[in-house]
Amino acid sequence: MYSDKVLEHFRNPQNMGEIPNADGVGTVGNPVCGDLMTIYIKIKDNRIDDIKFKTFGCGAAIATSSMTTVLAKGKTIEEAMKITRKDVANQLGGLPPVKMHCSNLAAEGLHKAIEDYQKKVEKK
Amino acid sequence: MQRIHLDHSSSKSIHPQVIKIMMPYFSQKHGNPSTIYSQGHEAKEAIEDAREGVASLIGAKSNEIIFTSGATESNNLAIRGVSYRNRTKGDHLISSTIEHMSVINPLKYLGKKGFKTSYIPVDRYGTIDLEVVKKTIDNNTILASVIYANGEIGTIEPIREISEIVHSKNAYLHVDAVAAAGQIPIDVKKDNIDLLSLSSNDLYGPKGVGALYIKEGTRIQPIIYGGGQEKGLRSGSENIPGIVGMAKAAEISSRNMNNESRRLRALRDNLITGILDTIKESYLNGHPTMRLPNNVNIRFKYIEGESLILSLDMEGVSASSGSACTSKTLEPSHVLRAIGLPHEDAHGSLLFTLGSGNEEEDINYVLSILPRIVKKLRKISPLTPKSLLEDT
Ligand code: FES
Repeated sequence: MYSDKVLEHFRNPQNMGEIPNADGVGTVGNPVCGDLMTIYIKIKDNRIDDIKFKTFGCGAAIATSSMTTVLAKGKTIEEAMKITRKDVANQLGGLPPVKMHCSNLAAEGLHKAIEDYQKKVEKK
Repeated sequence: MQRIHLDHSSSKSIHPQVIKIMMPYFSQKHGNPSTIYSQGHEAKEAIEDAREGVASLIGAKSNEIIFTSGATESNNLAIRGVSYRNRTKGDHLISSTIEHMSVINPLKYLGKKGFKTSYIPVDRYGTIDLEVVKKTIDNNTILASVIYANGEIGTIEPIREISEIVHSKNAYLHVDAVAAAGQIPIDVKKDNIDLLSLSSNDLYGPKGVGALYIKEGTRIQPIIYGGGQEKGLRSGSENIPGIVGMAKAAEISSRNMNNESRRLRALRDNLITGILDTIKESYLNGHPTMRLPNNVNIRFKYIEGESLILSLDMEGVSASSGSACTSKTLEPSHVLRAIGLPHEDAHGSLLFTLGSGNEEEDINYVLSILPRIVKKLRKISPLTPKSLLEDT
């Protein structure tokens, strides 16, 4: 049911873990099936210098988390904000229709982490 | 890589002796029992013998068995057929919160058609609450439909006690015995059961065939109308190869049940204790002792079942889960909710159902890979407490 790319990212998730003093953290819950994901980012010169994720969810949720971090790493904040769930799903060679909502989680988590960073910068 | 099938509740392979006995009925013995020449006669005899074979598995008389297209149809016929036929007597139907969808959905349908439905809750082990049955049943109740044993959590229900309560109000008792049949002895006379559903594939027979036991004298009407086969209760040309196959499967099951159940129980207990002993924060779902011999249902805190199944699949093991992420509706299993598990705990459930091909080495293999898989997924999960990752 999953593409090879999904299985590959599920088997070897990229950028899995936490960043202890991250510049931005985004946590999103999945209202559809009740899953949870957190994305951590480290920003340097307006770019995503480091990014990590943790996910409680299905195979697709783990694979999309991994792919999102791969896509976002090294991008400017503006570029990263433009990453959509479609981009993530396409890069993974597609997702079964019932699993499309899982890819939402990752893109949303990324955007939330960036917004969190921006809020912190404004406060300073 | 040789695959290890630990998902027998989803699908079973057909017993070779069953295939062998079915084969001639696809070719030379292709008669239709409604015809009067010799091939028709041969087919008719085959069905009557098959009735005998299925009846003996559950202590019924052969004229009390009718064949259907499977357990879903049997459940539908029992529930809808008895409800409509007895509507003048009452309109109240009773069931439990851990039934199969092929019981729940006909009841929901009848609910929309004006019947009243009550669902008896279960305790945390999945046992139906007899006190609530007593309180819920009244003179208006015409039918109670309960599961003999739930195939997901393995809990065996107190059918005889339920039967007494139900009959004290002169209602009918239908029992879905799909998961229980062939695993534990069933006697419809001792338990005083009025209707009982069976599936062929669950006995290692072919798919697409099942049976319904209907006690003599039970008031029931058909849900399929046509040429009047099966005493008018199930019209349509009989699936002779399927019926013959199911009967053979039932016969083999009756013969082997004691030994096979003892064997599976030992494997089951090794798997359960092996997991609970080596993996922290893992818990058994369902009843610890009143449990089907083939059922192992464990929940692991902080992780999700689909990713568990995928990981096991990559290492050659087939299993299943009641997690929301594995279901079409993205809802967690209603059975796991009914035993009181919160959503996130239902998420981490893993179901192994053992069967004829499984050996001790299969269990050992699972026990050798599972701790690593759980650990890896727990590492990925944001819910896992740090302390748990450090000391496992
Ligand atoms: S996270 Fe639940 S279906 Fe993907």
